[in-house]
Amino acid sequence: MEILANIATALIGGDDPMVAQLTREALNQGLPARRILDEGLIAGMNVVGEQFKSHEIFLPDVLLAARAMYAGMDLLKPMLAAQGISGRGKVVLGTVRGDLHDIGKNLVAILLRGAGFEVIDLGKDVAPEEFVAAARRENATLIGMSALLTTTMPVMKQVVDLLRQEGLHGQIRTIIGGAPVSAEYAREIGADGYAYDGASAVDRVKEYLEAH
Amino acid sequence: MERILDRFARGEVLVADGAMGTMLMAMGLPSGQSPESINLQRPDWLEDIARRYLEAGADILQTNTFGGSPLKLALYGLQALTVAINAAAVAAVRRVAGERAYIAASCGPSGRLLEPYGDVSEAEMADNFRRQARALCEAGVDLVCVETMSDLREAVLAVRAFREAAPDLAVAATLTFDRTSRGFFTIMGNTVAEAVPALTGAGADILGSNCGHGLATMVEIAAEFRRHWTGPLLIQANAGLPGMRDGVPFWPETPEDFAAGATALLALRVNLIGGCCGTTPAHTAAIRQAVDRGGRPRQL
Repeated sequence: MEILANIATALIGGDDPMVAQLTREALNQGLPARRILDEGLIAGMNVVGEQFKSHEIFLPDVLLAARAMYAGMDLLKPMLAAQGISGRGKVVLGTVRGDLHDIGKNLVAILLRGAGFEVIDLGKDVAPEEFVAAARRENATLIGMSALLTTTMPVMKQVVDLLRQEGLHGQIRTIIGGAPVSAEYAREIGADGYAYDGASAVDRVKEYLEAH
Repeated sequence: MERILDRFARGEVLVADGAMGTMLMAMGLPSGQSPESINLQRPDWLEDIARRYLEAGADILQTNTFGGSPLKLALYGLQALTVAINAAAVAAVRRVAGERAYIAASCGPSGRLLEPYGDVSEAEMADNFRRQARALCEAGVDLVCVETMSDLREAVLAVRAFREAAPDLAVAATLTFDRTSRGFFTIMGNTVAEAVPALTGAGADILGSNCGHGLATMVEIAAEFRRHWTGPLLIQANAGLPGMRDGVPFWPETPEDFAAGATALLALRVNLIGGCCGTTPAHTAAIRQAVDRGGRPRQL
């Protein structure tokens, strides 16, 4: 469908008014919301994600593409919800308590949504109890945590420990990321996975949720 | 004191101090608290850190004002204290250093993104740095270090703000680069090649890089700068990327690593060498020794 390809192209170029206009047109043509999402918005974000991964584009381009993606998604959301269509899976995401840096976490949220996952973004300065309560409430099986500071990294361990105490270990998995965090640190605190950057965060989530 | 740029012009290599934030953590800065709040609460900690770096041989001591711009302080509700927090940091270092070291005003990123990617206008960002620049320059610093910038546009606004506030002070500007398969880029996609004309055009006298992934990478970044910039070059590396040992973060690169790294940087004619996250006065002392061995004035 040409219009779906045009939505993807407009999204890649960060043209949010054009994405909104084309999404409306596609709906008026009677195309299903799910198809517009998959073959227009998500197809476009896939290209953005790939270009970002290979360093052809950078954070600013991703942020503009994300804005365009949301412009389309906002129009599709009511229809998708009415049809009871959920995404590919749900992730609870946040920057840990004491840490106010959310640029990286926001990027992960964008790329996950762009890959078709539902993201419950708890924001920054999120307490361990909030992560676990949100995962229970939302029936999510994955928690993503971000920290930029070495002083706040230990909060990640508190979340992993809390899941253990509540008997949720193995049911709710954890992926961590952020500048000072490493795969070694993930192993040391017992987190299920580590993501070096936004693109690899999407890969990890795919591995865990699609295997689930 | 002699103007720092004159010393560089003579070929002299100077030593900058090491980390501030990780030193404050080691002294007991609580997780989640603004590191700059210490300036009003425990100026004695700042004096202690400054004294240890001075004794280790640093020629330049930085103020604890990395997050001292009002936009950044607002994350902690401290923006109304901008002037007091910045002035207290300068005063603490001056009490220790007197005229025995240069005091560099540290200015880090605002933590916010400029429009259209974020919600801060250029005018608001410029005003943010002007307020910090006025506070620091009025308190009496010897040079300025706009550092750890990822967005070249934001760095340019900060450099201009300090250039306006103190037309005669030396202004250094450093960016943080990531290694990619296509070369070194900041998070926002800026390269060394585009940073050099933009920062010097804004009024920076000293260029360079700080933070990042440790010394070996920094030596490569310094070489990249030297392809585009013959003027004064500043390099402040992290002591590698932190790991965790018994629940406490540690940095893998040792003072011995820094002595070797400093020697490699001297070969690239880096003019000012210091440390960033995870470095300690022991790293500064190692740099001092390497510089004294190999980086004395070439023309005497």
